[in-house]
Amino acid sequence: MTTIPLKLPFKIDLSRPVNPTGIWDWITTIDHKKIGVLYGVTAFLMFITGGIEALLIRTQLAGPEMKIIAPDVYNQLFTMHATTMIFLGVMPLSAAFFNYIIPLQIGARDVAFPRLNAFSYWTFLFGALIMKSSWFLGGSPNAGWFGYAPITTTTFNAGHGIDFWVVGLQVLGVASLAASFNFIVTIINMRAPGMSFMRLPLFTWMTFITAILLVLAFPVITVALIELMLDRTFDFNFFNTRAGANPLLWQHLFWIFGHPEVYILILPAMGIVSEILPTFSKKPIFGYAAMVLAAAFIAFMGWLVWSHHMFTTGLGPIANSVFTITTMLIAIPTGVKMFNWLGTMWGGNIEFNTPTLFSVGFLSMFLIGGISGVMHSFSASDYQQQDTYFIVAHIHYVLFGGAIFGIFAGIYYWFPKITGRMYDEKMGKLNFWLMFIGQNLTFFPMHFIGMQGMPRRIFTYDANMGWAFWNGVETFSAYIIAFGVLFFIINMLKSWGNGPKAGDDPWDARTLEWSISSPPPVYNFLDVPKVEALDDFWVKKQKGLSKIKSKTKPKDIHLPQASYWPMLASLGLAIAGYGIIYNLVVCGLGIAMLLITVCAWSFEPVNEPDAH
Amino acid sequence: MSDETTTGLNNRKILMWVFLGSDCMFFASLIGTYLIYKGMGLPHPGPSDVFDIPTTSVSTFVLLMSSMSMVFAYAYLVRSNIKAFRIWMISTIIMGATFLGFQIFEFSEFYFHDHLSPQTNLFGTTFYALTGTHGIHVTIGVVWLGIIFYSSLFRNTVSAKTNLDLDLAALYWHFVDIVWIVIFAVVYLFGTFKGFPS
Repeated sequence: MTTIPLKLPFKIDLSRPVNPTGIWDWITTIDHKKIGVLYGVTAFLMFITGGIEALLIRTQLAGPEMKIIAPDVYNQLFTMHATTMIFLGVMPLSAAFFNYIIPLQIGARDVAFPRLNAFSYWTFLFGALIMKSSWFLGGSPNAGWFGYAPITTTTFNAGHGIDFWVVGLQVLGVASLAASFNFIVTIINMRAPGMSFMRLPLFTWMTFITAILLVLAFPVITVALIELMLDRTFDFNFFNTRAGANPLLWQHLFWIFGHPEVYILILPAMGIVSEILPTFSKKPIFGYAAMVLAAAFIAFMGWLVWSHHMFTTGLGPIANSVFTITTMLIAIPTGVKMFNWLGTMWGGNIEFNTPTLFSVGFLSMFLIGGISGVMHSFSASDYQQQDTYFIVAHIHYVLFGGAIFGIFAGIYYWFPKITGRMYDEKMGKLNFWLMFIGQNLTFFPMHFIGMQGMPRRIFTYDANMGWAFWNGVETFSAYIIAFGVLFFIINMLKSWGNGPKAGDDPWDARTLEWSISSPPPVYNFLDVPKVEALDDFWVKKQKGLSKIKSKTKPKDIHLPQASYWPMLASLGLAIAGYGIIYNLVVCGLGIAMLLITVCAWSFEPVNEPDAH
Repeated sequence: MSDETTTGLNNRKILMWVFLGSDCMFFASLIGTYLIYKGMGLPHPGPSDVFDIPTTSVSTFVLLMSSMSMVFAYAYLVRSNIKAFRIWMISTIIMGATFLGFQIFEFSEFYFHDHLSPQTNLFGTTFYALTGTHGIHVTIGVVWLGIIFYSSLFRNTVSAKTNLDLDLAALYWHFVDIVWIVIFAVVYLFGTFKGFPS
């Protein structure tokens, strides 16, 4: 046991935690499985808050000229709903799967940098708290999730709401970047012997591609956010139109990030579905190499389409034509994936349980969202649809019917592995049908009223517009979705402690995480597996080789030790964030704390030499 | 945890390369912002009003030479010649600090003499943000190298065996140098030479 030689004016016990218990175990943990659970639970709570914001929006829109929510609060609600769902819901829920599943799928004991992983989680948590605390500190951001400057500059938006958005997103960006660095290195360098790239499970592949996208896309929005922060805090001129600034600069920077971000949201869900469909069709994935290449092509093309978010800004016919064509091209690899999923199920012995239902729901909903996407990829058509409910329908088909359905499929699929218990199948199916029916009744009518011209981001509408009926249906159906999610929560809470024991491999699955006990031991694998084929565990099961007993004893396995520093470093970052908003001296103190903790962290060995 | 990795490369080395790839996009966005706003807004004070190419050429030369001495420092460390390593190390640090000194001098000259502040016009905003970000990168590099140098002098923890610690810092240092070559060309040279479209 060594203490960190920090010279402090007061005595403080900074000795390293050894086998902490209770809350300290969770605060200092660097075990990827515990961090995965932390990510999942936190992100799900955020998802609930985003859902409540959505229900408030829908309640206000239930009928014409309703006065339940004031216009300025309504602006804050739709901004926070989207920001929450994208940055605090879908992305960290995907990160929860990355954390829990990736090391298990590639046969590793942990991620490459366990402490950096803990840092990612805590930074995400503090970023989320900064963002959400705006509700209690004078009002939330109100300029839409893409925060177009100059409407977000102090000239037009003087309150602190946008500051919370600017700072919160930067902190969340640090969390996402740190996590992505970690997963890229983990997937390149922590694979079990024989696990070549073309033997990686597809979920691992999608994670790898997502992480690469993230590492390249987040710096761009970080620069945009820093520029906006400098404008707001120090009167720089980046978005000051009176100094000659061009309002399109923000849009370009934001969407150069924003379009890859769309694939950051959807690729993990595609990966999850690519694990579930082969398992429950009892067939290998159809066209494995094509699936990998299609995803890589989607990720590459994701960089060449950003201006399709800006067709109506007047970029000119040549730019609009080029971006129309590149956008339409993305339908090709997506179609390849769609047909491969269908080909996987075709002729299979399909078991229609909850994960399969959600996966098939994903396929059908994502297909509808993809088709409406191709409709407004055509710039001439997009002029009609820009900023109408048609776009709202599209993004909810790809992000709710797509990403969220995929994530729910994943939660049900891996629930037995994570908890060792089986969920309630009946309630799971009820959850699916409520969400499926609710999703379609909520979002499909938005196509109609969007085409009739109902703009998004208006807090109410006139009775004479003829939008009242479908808006009423949508609001009613939004509550059906909420009931579906309620059944999900009940199911999880009930089954986590009291569900029937699931066993190690309840699905007769194909990938390595099912070869170990449920829940997995802290060291994951007694012996690092030797991989000889794609779906190695499945192949070994067919040959009867999966039950060989190991001679390794758990106490011989050395694991990295818990640490305070990641959490303290994140706390320093959070203090610096609040400091930017309120007081620059506090910001300086936060940065100092960050630097000190990072130095202490880098001098702390992964394992104390004299400890076990 | 075993120290063996799939590729045989050290995890931290791959991490550094991935981070530098990410940082490329960071600088690309800042340089992009600068180029988009080039020639827009109030024209004076503009690049040709404030830049003194001979002075900045000297500081650029110093920074490039620091990369060379960084290479020597690393080469001597892996050959276990600690004395030569320390000499080249301190010279790298001094050259990095000299570059920062030039930048501080340059900024104060622009600010007090030419009345160019970040608030003055779009050139001031984009110039200070881009070169300031680079300056912060250099500062981090100097502190990082300083910590390694300090460890070598007083903690005796730097040796050929631990050369990866220096290798990572050197990678970062060379990257920051390369970024400066781009900035020097795009901002300083393109900004002052006649014949380049503004």
